[in-house]
Amino acid sequence: MQTVIVNGQEIEIGATDRLNGIQAARRVGVEIPHYCWHPGLSVVASCRMCLVETGTRDKATGKITMVPKLVPACQTPAVDGSVFVTDSDIVKASRARVEEALLIDHPIDCPICDKAGECLLQDYHFEHGQAQRRADIKPFTSRRREVGPTVSLFVDRCVMCTRCVRFTREVSGTSELMVINRGSKEEIDSFPGFPLDNKLAGNVVDLCPVGALGDKDFLYQQRVWFLENQPNVCGGCSTGCSISTEFHQDTVYRLKPRENPHINKWWICDDGRYGWHHLHDPARILSAARSESVSPSNGSEKSPEWSDVVVALRKDLGVAIGPSGKLGVSVSPMLTLEEAWMLCTLAREIDPGAMLAVGYVPSIGSDETFPGGFMIRAEKCPNRLGVEQIVAMFDPSVRSWNDLVSSASNGEITAAWISGGYPFPWIDQTTADAFHTMSCLVVQDLFDSPLTKKAHWRLPSVGFAERAGTWINASHRAQGFSWAIRPPAGVWPEGRLFWNMLGRKGLYDPGVIRREFATGSAALSALFDDIPAHGIDLRISQLASST
Amino acid sequence: MKPTDPHVTWIDDKPLGLMEKLYLPLFMQGLSTTARHMISPKVTVHFPEERPTVGNPLIYRGVHRLNRDDDGRVKCVACFLCATACPAHCIDIVAAESPWSDREKYPESFSIDELRCIFCGMCEEACPVDAIELTSLLDLTGKSREEMIFDKEKLLSVYDMTKDSEPMKSASLGGTL
Repeated sequence: MQTVIVNGQEIEIGATDRLNGIQAARRVGVEIPHYCWHPGLSVVASCRMCLVETGTRDKATGKITMVPKLVPACQTPAVDGSVFVTDSDIVKASRARVEEALLIDHPIDCPICDKAGECLLQDYHFEHGQAQRRADIKPFTSRRREVGPTVSLFVDRCVMCTRCVRFTREVSGTSELMVINRGSKEEIDSFPGFPLDNKLAGNVVDLCPVGALGDKDFLYQQRVWFLENQPNVCGGCSTGCSISTEFHQDTVYRLKPRENPHINKWWICDDGRYGWHHLHDPARILSAARSESVSPSNGSEKSPEWSDVVVALRKDLGVAIGPSGKLGVSVSPMLTLEEAWMLCTLAREIDPGAMLAVGYVPSIGSDETFPGGFMIRAEKCPNRLGVEQIVAMFDPSVRSWNDLVSSASNGEITAAWISGGYPFPWIDQTTADAFHTMSCLVVQDLFDSPLTKKAHWRLPSVGFAERAGTWINASHRAQGFSWAIRPPAGVWPEGRLFWNMLGRKGLYDPGVIRREFATGSAALSALFDDIPAHGIDLRISQLASST
Repeated sequence: MKPTDPHVTWIDDKPLGLMEKLYLPLFMQGLSTTARHMISPKVTVHFPEERPTVGNPLIYRGVHRLNRDDDGRVKCVACFLCATACPAHCIDIVAAESPWSDREKYPESFSIDELRCIFCGMCEEACPVDAIELTSLLDLTGKSREEMIFDKEKLLSVYDMTKDSEPMKSASLGGTL
């Protein structure tokens, strides 16, 4: 155990904890302002905002010796006997001077700056700055420079913390950004001929403590104080990064990484960051539709009411299966565990011998790793492992999508329910033709495909921000999340449809379903309790239960 | 809060004095107020045949306008501060990158629902560039709800209509831009 004293308060930190002054102060609830320090990056101690008084306490005598000058807390390790003073007059005066220096040539264009409202320069100025401006330089505009295809640099807003430069060197490993010029003429720029164009580029915008780096995708779209936040999980690949979906009035405006030490640390990739546009794509399937080959048209083009769909779907499938037919169900790896379990239960209710298969698992390219440890997986679905676990509960020989396609083409199954939810084209004409002989084909997807054209029932699906439930990522970590925005009018999420088709009362509650399958499966038993914010590693619980 | 709450102080009406009990003095007092108003100059007018005079147009809170800058462009920089300050949520702005080199951001669309507006003047107060102002136009009518949602063009035309009679306030108030 090590004892650290912050503002006269003694705290114990673990013997192996390697904390700096900022982190140690946080443990007692004291926030030391800082720009350049970030837990995920190396320490440069260049912004001087975190200057504090420090010293050491002699263990034998208890006498405290202070260092005569202020030192940066980010660079000062908190060890046994460390003393930090963060609220003395000299520290406060130092902070006010740093703020004043930064604001001398900072443009006062907060009204049009996208960072306003979540800007550290604003926050610290209110808290630590001085009310009056002694210099009368009043720049109102900032020079703008494109540093990459997705990121703009507003040069004059920069406070030269160099977080972005260190990020490209240490985490993305691409080193596009650098500091040009010297002293008060310092500026950030991309290396000539190497624009900021890598898969992690968007993170520099999150890292920027001021409004210098702007995300072109979000630029001028919405003011940040209107945005609401919902902790969510990215569905872009099987890494399953923790994200927070930021939305306003059921419209998503941007995704931000949510800190999770076990998965994505502080970062997300650009594929995930900009991977929400399909949610608001006008081409989405927005209503349930039944083709005329199943029921002769009575002349009305109106899409059926969902309450009728719930009844008619069961009836149509029952008729199609008949006494000798067989139902084949593809459980999409885009579904949550809860939705997958309800779909399997439903299939076995309709046809006790139904064939259950894990849906199409999209794979694009190969896994990409970055020097900072971040990984983008080739498997472009969030829940393959989870859906496999669920299907295994019903059928130990976990069938794959190809098994289902071949049993459809050789006539082993006579009706099929294909759940989709893929935000990209995923099936070609030849594969879709395999389902030509189905007497009832139910397809649930986000967009039209060769398969939906054959479908007798075409049902809408929803995107990641509209789902609720649990996903298991490629490293066996289960993360629970709730929906951020409501799906477009007329769309029922899968969970709600399955819940109603199973004859359950009230609103779809993923927690109820989760506890049901957690009691029935040893592998998923750890999900019985509420899932913590950082998720839960299912392998650890399996080890614990087997010993 | 319960009636027995110690923070509640109960105050009784003062008991009536002799003058109140006599009733007639109070009666005369009330009647004299009525008489005074009967002979004093009228402040009401036969609207709409007659127009009321607005005392100080600069502080009157009537229909909004969007000011133009020297080049005739909309002054608004689409900062959303008026929409943020608006207690009636009647301002809807869509921002975009401006087509002009000297400006970064401008409102692609700007609409005010005049029916929802409560004419409190908070938008004018919040505006950092003195772009939105309330004029002294007070008779606001329309044949449909849609007509009463003023878009950017209409708000700019209100400026064109009123700029001579009501100069922009920023100059006299020491405006910023």
